[in-house]
Amino acid sequence: MRPSGAEPPRRRRDWRTIILFLAPALVMFGLLVLTPIVVAAYASFFNWNGFGTPTNFIGLDNFRRLIADEIFLGDLERTLLLIALSVAVQLPVALALAMLLNQPLRGRRVYRMLFFAPYVLSEVVTAILFTMIFSPNQGLANHVTRLIGLGDLGAVWLADTSTVMYSVFLVISWKYFGFHTILYLAGRQGIPAELHEAAALDGAGPWHAFRYVTLPLLGPTIRVSVFLSILGTIQLFDMVWVLTGGGPIRASETLAITMFQEGFKRFHVGYASAISMVIFLLSLLFGLLYQRFVLRRDLQGAITTMGDQR
Amino acid sequence: MEGWRNPMDSNRINRRSLLGLIGAGMGAAALGACGDGGSTGPSGGTIRWWHIANTDPMKSQWATLAQQFEAARPGVKFEVTPLENDAFKTKLTTNVQAGDPPDIFHTWGGGVLGQQAEAGMAKDITQDIAPLKDSLIPAALDAYTINQRIYALPIDTGMVGFWYNKELFAAAGISAPPQTWSEFLDSVRKLKAAGIIPIALAGKEKWPGHYYWAYLAMRVAGVDALKRAAQDKDFTKPDFVTAGTRLKELVDLQPFQPGFLAAGYSASDGQAATMGNGKAAMELMGQWAPGVQKESSQGKQGLGDKLGFFPFPAVDGGKGPNTDIFGGGGGFAVGRKAPAEAVEFLKFLAQPENVRSYAKAGALLPVVKAAQDAVTEPHLKLVSQALAKGTGFQLFLDQAYAPAVGQQVNDSVAELMAGKASPEKVVKDITDAAKRG
Repeated sequence: MRPSGAEPPRRRRDWRTIILFLAPALVMFGLLVLTPIVVAAYASFFNWNGFGTPTNFIGLDNFRRLIADEIFLGDLERTLLLIALSVAVQLPVALALAMLLNQPLRGRRVYRMLFFAPYVLSEVVTAILFTMIFSPNQGLANHVTRLIGLGDLGAVWLADTSTVMYSVFLVISWKYFGFHTILYLAGRQGIPAELHEAAALDGAGPWHAFRYVTLPLLGPTIRVSVFLSILGTIQLFDMVWVLTGGGPIRASETLAITMFQEGFKRFHVGYASAISMVIFLLSLLFGLLYQRFVLRRDLQGAITTMGDQR
Repeated sequence: MEGWRNPMDSNRINRRSLLGLIGAGMGAAALGACGDGGSTGPSGGTIRWWHIANTDPMKSQWATLAQQFEAARPGVKFEVTPLENDAFKTKLTTNVQAGDPPDIFHTWGGGVLGQQAEAGMAKDITQDIAPLKDSLIPAALDAYTINQRIYALPIDTGMVGFWYNKELFAAAGISAPPQTWSEFLDSVRKLKAAGIIPIALAGKEKWPGHYYWAYLAMRVAGVDALKRAAQDKDFTKPDFVTAGTRLKELVDLQPFQPGFLAAGYSASDGQAATMGNGKAAMELMGQWAPGVQKESSQGKQGLGDKLGFFPFPAVDGGKGPNTDIFGGGGGFAVGRKAPAEAVEFLKFLAQPENVRSYAKAGALLPVVKAAQDAVTEPHLKLVSQALAKGTGFQLFLDQAYAPAVGQQVNDSVAELMAGKASPEKVVKDITDAAKRG
């Protein structure tokens, strides 16, 4: 139904109320989200040290330099490594734990709380905790490896360029597996018990019930958890910054750390803006494509019932 | 761009003056409550002061001086923010780029201050500071003078050298501190043979590593060549490659503590703690090292009498003598929006009786001539004696050069020390960064 003439006054009042209530959020969003994006996009076309206004327009030079920059390419490589490790190791472990926690287990609540606890800590606190644990000489990790006869691995955890990424991954996993476990657990509990009963009646063993009932029905949850995990990895900063500072020798630098180094340590604000644009576009592109191709089925229901087709 | 900057500026001013009003209101209320409504001086406003003395003794020394100044100048109110070194650099950068520097802030001078001055963020205080020149030790103002204009008041001075553990040296059979690079390498070998970690190094923070390359460049090529290289943006001269080769000789001996690449400087288990706990025989560090060792060591004892100091050794066949000095001190610059009282406060800090009072705390080497007698701390005296013999001076490279170049020096030297870059690559990368600006 379209109104034929002028809107009735009641409608207009509604609009006023809507605008009034939306305005604070829109202003904040505009100032704190949209403006920085526009400014960063603008600055990325300049050779600018951050003082005064940018004047030295260099077109796409920053981006050209970026695709030839070993450090930037290394960042992409390391991001891919972390994504692969997260999806192949961290999430399956979280899934397995969720399945375990769904069993009638003595002290189940305690376990749930324990596993979720790391997620409550801030990234910085986690990183400081682990710098102490991985500390080369007096760290807890070394005491443990000495006790179990692995000897002194002190120089390996964070101080070796070839192993540092795995240590970083360990810390990320420690912090975030609980979050994913809770997601999966919630998803698992949303699966009606009848389905598993039916499967059992049909003669499905635990593995088959998991493979053909639980896993497909957990699909939407898993897809969302993968989405969050990948997006978080692309933007990874705080934890690595405190844990390793991107080192040793830039071996654990992420996109955001390179951006920070260029912008705040070298005052190449134009170049840093270009990196931030790449991070933004990568996240945006990934988000859109993922929603378009992977999450489509999960979102469809929500969108169609919200719309006016039904 | 002007369009969006100006409104933001005025917003900030509005917000600040609003906060100021609230602050003034609260101050008045507090005064009223104390029944001390008599003193109504000129509204001096608030002085925001950022310094990097985040540990005692200097933290409380600065606080005391700020209080004294407040007492002498009714209406002046300090808002002091002590920050850790790296956190300070980041926070200052953010504020300076937003056009809102603090009123008084720590500076090491050199290229970083130069960039701030060029952007109009640091006030030209030549008029106020120049008259003090004769009261200061020679060359004290050099690092803070850019194009003949002075942008900061120097507070302390110092140099980088080897701090060594006399007991561990004796245990390794080293009778006297090494004078030349080959003697130095011999000492490292002897220490290793005796099962002692020769050198503590904070590889996670790259600035302590750059001292080695900088000193070697000064010893091999000479101070003037290093200064010329910075001007010509060309570090590819064979002498600078040699500096890297000499450093590689040291690195190949594996002289650093296990896991040094992940070690911080003042962190627990870091460079200063390793030295302070007697776990390594020496470290290449500035005048502040004994204090930080003490603070980071178990039981906060430090090494005390066991700690000695020797200048960076000469390199055989090199052009620079071992009396050329690398290092620097700190000073205070004045932000562009600072009230006049901020400059007054700097003059207050430079008064000999005030300098003497904070110099007695033993944490820094003052630059005011009349206060030199107040330096009684034995370790600082060692530095002061070495400084007195100085023949040439080079400021920390990561402060002397523009930030991008300074960071590249740090990064490249760290790569060399991790065995990931050749001496040739180091000079090439630094030159590239210098040319790019």
